Amino acid sequence: MAGDTPSRQISGKCFVVRDNIDTDQIIPAEYLTLVPSKPDEYEKLGSYAMAGLPPHYGQFMEPGKSKTKYSIIIAGSNFGCGSSREHAPVALGASGIQVVVAESYARIFFRNSVATGEMYPVECEARICDEFHNGDDVTVDMERDVVVNHSTGKEYALKPLGDAAPVIEAGGIFAYARQTGMIPSAA
Amino acid sequence: MEGAMLHSSYFSVNARPMSRRSSTISAVMAPPQQQRAPASTGAVKHAMTLTEKILARASEKTKLVPGENVWVNADVLMTHDVCGPGTIGIFKKEFGANAKVWDREKIVIIPDHYIFTADERANRNVDILRDFSKEQSIKYFYDITDRSDFRANPDYKGVCHVALAQEGHCRPGEVLFGTDSHTCTAGAFGQFATGIGNTDAGFIMGTGKILLKVPGTLRFVLDGEMPSYLLAKDLILQIIGEITVSGATYKSMEFVGTAVERMTMEDRMTLCNMAIEAGGKNGVVPADEVTYSYLKGKTEKEFESVYSDAGATFIQEYRIDVSKLEPVVAKPHSPDKRVLARDCKDVKIDRVYIGSCTGGKTEDFVAAAKLLNKAGQKVKVPTFLVPATQKVWVDLYAMPLPEADGKTCAQIFEEAGCDTPASPSCAACLGGPKDTYARMNEPKVCVSTTNRNFPGRMGHKEAQIYLASPYTAAASALTGFVSDCRDFL
Repeated sequence: MAGDTPSRQISGKCFVVRDNIDTDQIIPAEYLTLVPSKPDEYEKLGSYAMAGLPPHYGQFMEPGKSKTKYSIIIAGSNFGCGSSREHAPVALGASGIQVVVAESYARIFFRNSVATGEMYPVECEARICDEFHNGDDVTVDMERDVVVNHSTGKEYALKPLGDAAPVIEAGGIFAYARQTGMIPSAA
Repeated sequence: MEGAMLHSSYFSVNARPMSRRSSTISAVMAPPQQQRAPASTGAVKHAMTLTEKILARASEKTKLVPGENVWVNADVLMTHDVCGPGTIGIFKKEFGANAKVWDREKIVIIPDHYIFTADERANRNVDILRDFSKEQSIKYFYDITDRSDFRANPDYKGVCHVALAQEGHCRPGEVLFGTDSHTCTAGAFGQFATGIGNTDAGFIMGTGKILLKVPGTLRFVLDGEMPSYLLAKDLILQIIGEITVSGATYKSMEFVGTAVERMTMEDRMTLCNMAIEAGGKNGVVPADEVTYSYLKGKTEKEFESVYSDAGATFIQEYRIDVSKLEPVVAKPHSPDKRVLARDCKDVKIDRVYIGSCTGGKTEDFVAAAKLLNKAGQKVKVPTFLVPATQKVWVDLYAMPLPEADGKTCAQIFEEAGCDTPASPSCAACLGGPKDTYARMNEPKVCVSTTNRNFPGRMGHKEAQIYLASPYTAAASALTGFVSDCRDFL
């Protein structure tokens, strides 16, 4: 979660989606009454993560649970398109997702992921959403910039985080701003 | 797909190839043309686009290039009932429970999303906005306390993006951030306006600044005489269908040309509103007399318009002859699934929805009313009307239409058998709590003047939404099928 020392190597089971997964699918609008800055509502948001997905993707969250068994999402292009709602990366982070590996991101979703530090938004140029399956054992290694599918044995290069790296490494926009002296250290 | 259309004469593209980000570019490439170098005589000025200039001024730099990350000063920060509470939570957590906002006159708080509902959390969220506004002496808080009658709330406006324009918060050359993706609507006023999340907004609330990456600009030159059956919505759906939902990711969309110059402010707002649907960072229309005329009496603040330099570099330029276009819709389930309206005549529909920041402005309703009045028939399916703001609602009842023998929109809608215009808010555009007016709770088919049609957008995951202009929506209401408005105009 935001504020902890982020691990640069994340291993776990992956959940696979495809292109243009919009924010309404990540967190349906009816749940937006939940306020992410309130701890109990933050947890509830997690329980509704990906609730808007069509059923053919499989079950992301077991009914009645608020944490998913998946720690990694594998996606196609333009992940997170649609609304600017920060509830989207928050719901994913609250549900237990630590990193998304997508072919590309929509801009506001990417910004929100970076600003909140809820989950890493990482890019991979290869079309891995065609090669990975729900439940595959995966390691996302942000030291070596590779993603490994242990179930198939294949490894793919990740794109370096680029301009967002200093903000992500600091732990979000507030931490970065304090580090660079933009705002005072004490709240 | 629409591949056949790409080679026709009305839509041509000049420039060097698009960036490698998008692998599904559908625009045809003409041979790359040399960009004109900036003037070598006179002042050596770095040529910039409109967006680059605004951001340069706002970051106190003399020049900027796309890709640079800069700290930008905000002129206005807007938030609403869905994202405001979260933003406030972050502001207090990061700056302290007793912290004060950076400028109590530069924050505009507009409850609009989940207002007319019994949902307790939704109602509580408006209370949170009120408490904060009182505590901080926020100058612009458009409150609602009596949900049973919106007219009993003199401060209440309605849909934030339309309210921002109507209340004079949009000004050329300025920088506006809002916790809503359709904040890009304000670019119609020749300003930089974009949507952000709670954390960024919380940061701005305390500091008045945010870190931004400067976007390159896609230029859309819309020329030619606008046919009588086309509206701005058709143009933007045309463009999104051309460049796809990620075609403008991280880019600015600049709309120019004779057709744009002849557009009203509301038309320009419709264009810029859907820039986000193409992934755009912002949409912008250069300010002119139309803009200044609209702003008269609405704002006392001084502003300074900026324009793209003659030698500015654009990532790509698209030239569109609007006179050759036809009414279009976006099929389920993506705003870029563009199809000619006349090719969908066998699609049976269950309802029509006219509303939202995209298609719920006064002129949107006037267009629908004009068509219905001309047709002189009754609608065949439930037709829901949601004026974006109180002002729009008043226009529906008070404005006589010269082209309809002085009848008001409300009279025409009643004669045609439409539902009574509802309380102004975002309503069903994004589904909302289950008791939201006109929410799609069943897997039915709707033609809508709204902005997104992803699965579940208006409620039910399997509901089908065809995005359309107000003319197309009205025509479809009359037939009970997706229709071409030329059948009635």
